[in-house]
Amino acid sequence: MPDQITMQVARYRPEQEDAPTFDEYDVPLRKDWAVLDGLNYIKDELDGTLSYRWSCRMGICGSCGATVNGEPKLTCATFLTDYAPGPVRVEPLANFPIIRDLVVELTDFMTKLGKVRPWIIRDEEQPVEEGEYLQTPAELEEYKQFSMCINCMLCYSACPVYGLDPKFLGPAAIALAQRYNLDSRDDGGHERLTILSQPEGVWGCTYVGECSRACPKGVDPAGAIQRYKLTAATAAVKALLMPWSQR
Amino acid sequence: MSAPPYARLYKPKVRLLWWLSRRSYTLFVLRELSSVFVAWTVVYLLLLVRAVARGPAEYQRFLDWSASPWLVALNVLSLAFVLLHAITFMNLTPQAMVLHVRGRRIPGRLLAGSIYATWLLVSAFLVWLVVG
Repeated sequence: MPDQITMQVARYRPEQEDAPTFDEYDVPLRKDWAVLDGLNYIKDELDGTLSYRWSCRMGICGSCGATVNGEPKLTCATFLTDYAPGPVRVEPLANFPIIRDLVVELTDFMTKLGKVRPWIIRDEEQPVEEGEYLQTPAELEEYKQFSMCINCMLCYSACPVYGLDPKFLGPAAIALAQRYNLDSRDDGGHERLTILSQPEGVWGCTYVGECSRACPKGVDPAGAIQRYKLTAATAAVKALLMPWSQR
Repeated sequence: MSAPPYARLYKPKVRLLWWLSRRSYTLFVLRELSSVFVAWTVVYLLLLVRAVARGPAEYQRFLDWSASPWLVALNVLSLAFVLLHAITFMNLTPQAMVLHVRGRRIPGRLLAGSIYATWLLVSAFLVWLVVG
């Protein structure tokens, strides 16, 4: 195994260039070093001006997503040795505007996330003294995989529909809406239906499936979307045939 | 929530041939294109029904027209696209339909397998109807 690997890192410094370029850095190639360790080495030892996001270093916070050799990855969970002898090309996540270097602008997602109301909505709150809302393991299993989403945006980066039409609600927002729709404690399905059943909601998805392949936490947003299409279609037919039972 | 006023965001452009960069992207674009051929298949079947309704002479004319090389080529191409469309639909069904029997979820493979089996049975019946 060579003791160094070349990292080609995308740089975008808006004050001095109109489009991203690449800078090359040689970093130590260690068995236990992830791409993020390489970036940290560059920042600490070679070029302090490099900008990127990171926090937990253990695949929990979802901050360190980037495009590594063309694939959306968490840089903390992607090892340099897998790309030996190199080079490793690190670019910002695709489909997002770039603020600087590897840092992308996520306001669009944050706006969409709020729209799907990703929290438990109750028709009637039970008094605190009655205790917690109980749930069986089977009821938990219904939504558990969707609750694993860490908002890392790898699915948006992998989704060509979002790349072509930024109005598309997108995989993570829909998967998180389903996380609550399928929760036995939630009564907010009808509120989410309005946003999810729009043309830019689930119907925007044409089932490429790359979102589910890109997800580092094993969430299946493509499955969530297809499943909700059936829910939305059933609700539309029901509303047509039985307009008096709107709920 | 409005976007923060950053100095200058760089907005990457989607390349014209982006869909050639990954097999799943290529299949996605082909599947989008398949709707044209699915529509043609529907039109072709309606023309067949019309020809049958108008009697043997019109039906024979339809058969002669269908035997022209360009139409055979078009229909073979359409069949390939309709198959791509149908297989995608069948593979997708277990993801869209979550069925439970006695509190246990039916495995996706079983669901997809039963759809494929039904497809084969109906196809075999149609072959028997035409050839047998």
